Amino acid sequence: MAAPQTLQDLASIIRSKNAGPYRLTMDILLRDEDRFRHVVQTGTVTRESVARAYGVPLDHVTSLFVVPAGRAIKVTLLRPVAQGDYGESDMYGCQQHVPLMTLRIEREML
Amino acid sequence: MSRFSIKRELTDLLIAARAAGIPLVVGSAGGAGSRTHVDWTVGIVREIAREQRLHFRLAWIYSDVPLARVHAALARDEIRDFEAGFALSAERIDDTATLVAQMGHEPIAAVLDAGADVVIAGRSCDNMAISAFAIARGADPGLAAHMGKILECGAFSAEPFGMDVMVGIVNSDHFLLEPGSPQRRASLTSVAAHTLYERENPFFQAGPGHELDLSQCTFEQVSDRRVKVAGARFKETDYWVKLDGARCAGYRSVSIAGIRCPTMFARIDQILNDVRAEAEQYFVPHPFEVSLHVYGRDGVMGRLEPKRQVSAHELGLVIDVMAADQELAHGICHHISGTLLHLSYPGQVNTSGNLAFLHSPSELDAGRAHRFSIYHLMKVASPLELFPIETEAL
Repeated sequence: MAAPQTLQDLASIIRSKNAGPYRLTMDILLRDEDRFRHVVQTGTVTRESVARAYGVPLDHVTSLFVVPAGRAIKVTLLRPVAQGDYGESDMYGCQQHVPLMTLRIEREML
Repeated sequence: MSRFSIKRELTDLLIAARAAGIPLVVGSAGGAGSRTHVDWTVGIVREIAREQRLHFRLAWIYSDVPLARVHAALARDEIRDFEAGFALSAERIDDTATLVAQMGHEPIAAVLDAGADVVIAGRSCDNMAISAFAIARGADPGLAAHMGKILECGAFSAEPFGMDVMVGIVNSDHFLLEPGSPQRRASLTSVAAHTLYERENPFFQAGPGHELDLSQCTFEQVSDRRVKVAGARFKETDYWVKLDGARCAGYRSVSIAGIRCPTMFARIDQILNDVRAEAEQYFVPHPFEVSLHVYGRDGVMGRLEPKRQVSAHELGLVIDVMAADQELAHGICHHISGTLLHLSYPGQVNTSGNLAFLHSPSELDAGRAHRFSIYHLMKVASPLELFPIETEAL
């Protein structure tokens, strides 16, 4: 049996970055219109699924936007440690995207 | 900051800008844009002008805010928390070592209007520093601000993305984007995607004295390499600026080591907790903080890491200590690394040492560490109030 379909199979870009020193913002860009609609309709990326993927409380997911013009979904988390603060481990927040890559697509797209 | 790179790149830019008669604007000069950074950058510009025999009108703009100004604003209830999640207090203001305010386009547009050829600006709102020239020449501020937002990372908004430049052309009801390099193209995806970059809200973005509404934007591929963008709306608001204030949190020392023996992996958390607790006892009454980053497990994501099991065959350990002074931080870091090096634990097969140090001496002193003390909005009387301008004919 093939591996279950995950977000990285349908997306062209999945990235994370600081949005100011207190937020971590993730952009998911889908490869085409069909894949974008499929991901939105299956509810693969929701505040709940993202909170689960990162093991954070729901209120740490500060926003989620669906952006049709960019075939994108944008989700933002509170940073566990402020950028550059003592104990911080990713100054630009650019390596925090991986749990999104493996989000399971609920209804596989053929 | 690399003086070598800044001088090398400013040299290319100044020569090209003077030859073409186009003003050159640098925002958030030298990193944070504080007085020290602005003066340092101005010094480099003077040096280049001398060496290259360039003549131009130089303007520089400071963005440092006197602490008394913030105390006054706090007393008048003209401070708002932005995203820091803490309220500003008189004590936090007094703890602040360096404080800058983020300027909008107005101070830069003012010096361009007065004939400056080269502008070295202190802390600036990134996209507004880029839009200042267009706005000074009469462009719609919404289009210019949106264009600035996409241009601020250069060819990151092109495909394939790269570290070189993007060209923006503002017309009356749209702007056009095209990469400087013929190796790249601007595409609908690359440009629309960049509108999302490094901001939380893709549709509304607040800046100094304004809100930018991007919810009605349209993107159109007008040629293979060009994208046309329209629809951004600029709404003026009361003028609030963002303050960035830093306080010294202590001094740091760091030790980097590798662990290859699997007998240590299984009990790494227990070992690190024990060593931390022992050091806390040893250094009483001196308080300190220690961060133990375990690369190969959760060194990158820390608390956000969903995988808790070690699957690597080696681990990288970074011991990062912060204490009241450098000597103490060094001593604590050395004590922790030394304790770990010679620690005995159940199941050990190698009794000659647990850590493969990267350096000798094993500790690196990292100097002062800073924390945000202020990350708040402050109301100002005018867009120019906090940003004194200096000029010089070179």
